[in-house]
Amino acid sequence: MTLYARRRAANGIVMSLSLGATVVGLGWLVLVLGALLWNGFGSLSLAVFTEMTPPPGAQGGLLNPIIGSLMMSAVAVAIGTPIGILAGTYMAEYGRYSYLTSVVRFINDILLSAPSIVIGLFIYEVVVRPLGHFSGIAGSLALAVLVIPVVVRTTEDMLLTVPRELREAATALGLPRSHVIANVSYRAARAGIITGILLAIARISGETAPLLFTALNNQFFSTDMTAPLSSLPVVIFQFAMSPYPDWQKLAWAGALIITFAVLALSISARALAATRNTQ
Amino acid sequence: MTSIDVSSSMRSTTPIVGSQAGTAGNLDEKVSVRGVDFYYGDNRALKSISVPLYDRRVTAFIGPSGCGKSTLLRILNRIYDLYPNQRAEGEVLLDGENILNPGQDLNLLRARVGMVFQKPTPFPMSIYENIAFGIRLYESLSKADLDGRVESALKRAALWNEVKDKLSQNGLSLSGGQQQRLCIARTVAVRPEVILLDEPCSALDPISTAKIEELIDELKSDYTIAIVTHNMQQAARVSDRTAFMYLGELVEFDTTSKMFTSPVDQRTQDYITGRFG
Ligand SMILES: Nc1ncnc2c1ncn2[C@@H]1O[C@H](COP(=O)(O)OP(=O)(O)OP(=O)(O)O)[C@@H](O)[C@H]1O
Ligand SMILES: [Mg+2]
Repeated sequence: MTLYARRRAANGIVMSLSLGATVVGLGWLVLVLGALLWNGFGSLSLAVFTEMTPPPGAQGGLLNPIIGSLMMSAVAVAIGTPIGILAGTYMAEYGRYSYLTSVVRFINDILLSAPSIVIGLFIYEVVVRPLGHFSGIAGSLALAVLVIPVVVRTTEDMLLTVPRELREAATALGLPRSHVIANVSYRAARAGIITGILLAIARISGETAPLLFTALNNQFFSTDMTAPLSSLPVVIFQFAMSPYPDWQKLAWAGALIITFAVLALSISARALAATRNTQ
Repeated sequence: MTSIDVSSSMRSTTPIVGSQAGTAGNLDEKVSVRGVDFYYGDNRALKSISVPLYDRRVTAFIGPSGCGKSTLLRILNRIYDLYPNQRAEGEVLLDGENILNPGQDLNLLRARVGMVFQKPTPFPMSIYENIAFGIRLYESLSKADLDGRVESALKRAALWNEVKDKLSQNGLSLSGGQQQRLCIARTVAVRPEVILLDEPCSALDPISTAKIEELIDELKSDYTIAIVTHNMQQAARVSDRTAFMYLGELVEFDTTSKMFTSPVDQRTQDYITGRFG
């Protein structure tokens, strides 16, 4: 066999293997999504959005977990985003060359990949136990701890991509550093930073483990953040494991809702990233 | 004549400073660089540089790539201060005050010594805001006054006619040459005393280049200008004084006409006639 023919053969083999791997990977995804769509749409109805979670055997919906999830995610983002942006700003702007930044970056990367159940247990220890009861606010705090490392990372990365020349040009006008950051760096990195926040929301919207130890669940409609609060992932967990067909149907509907929410967030993040690239 | 202090004992060759360099009408030294060394970490990029910038004159800095021209300009507004491992030693006097003093207010200094970079750097905001932004920081003007200042800055930079109907468009939507003139307008708008131009035309076509050269000629009636250029004709056209740098040293400084007709140092001669660099 000539060298060229051998290379062609090797190329063909590697190509088929890659293709096979892709098909297997995507195949599972298609199966999962297919099952979700099939069962989810079959279970979806207006009642899902307007009625409370029912006792076994009765009719009902997912209104309380939807509201609970929205509230806890909103509070988590409200707490986590400013902390994340400020920390990322310090790392990329003020402390770019400092030792502290390398330390924070290292710890942040660990936090980024920490199992969320560990974070749930941590908040359980420091918030739930001292207060003596589960609460929505504890759930929000656990989710906020998940939001922070994502936002820190994307904020730092995006600010680091702002060209050196732009920062120098603004500084050369006599602008104080805070103005350079607020008016030039943030503007140039805005799309990327918002993308990071959207991705953080997508990440927390499906989290179950940290909520099990913090917000627990609530069978009744409640908007009291100091009391146990229902959430979609926890309800899905509870209902899907149950032997009752009505509950299982609602679990499918909830899974579909979360999936579409995450999909919408990812698409917005993509679209934003695209506007950044065309600038 | 204004004398230039060449006090460092470290150098092997003293720069040649033309006897005519500072005469012609008793020029004031707006900026005096005196025995300045510059370090990137441990790497000494400038060796005991001494050179004046005369008030309302254009001084051109020429020399082969890597000889330290940009480094020298970046000392004059202390932009290098953004980077912790860069430092300058010696004296740089602006109106007689040493700007290398640790107590120097850097924002104030940079408002007095403006800089235009090689690559156009419009801010990611509207054309109007690109210019108004810097002014607002130092002066609180009425909307009408601010509009007037923006307009006059754009007119000075020969850009007004091209952008007057699209002031709210993003500065990034302009062409490279227009962006560079926008950057010049932005610098002029905050009314500095000294303007530093680091290869302002290297990314531009001949027409934009000609416009910017005209602009420099016009600006020098109000400002002290330093320009770095690789284009000998440009240096000859726009400057009154020329400094030739080589390997971190200032080799020769004289009136531009003298430098381009009868330079004293062999290296200057070789560079200007294109034998190296
Ligand atoms: N950020 C930096 N870190 C380390 N060394 C640098 C840095 N910038 C420049 N230098 C070094 O300092 C010397 C002078 O560089 P400088 O940029 O001032 O040259 P220049 O005359 O402006 O060249 P050019 O004509 O190519 O722009 C060079 O040897 C360069 O390698
Ligand atoms: Mg340079």
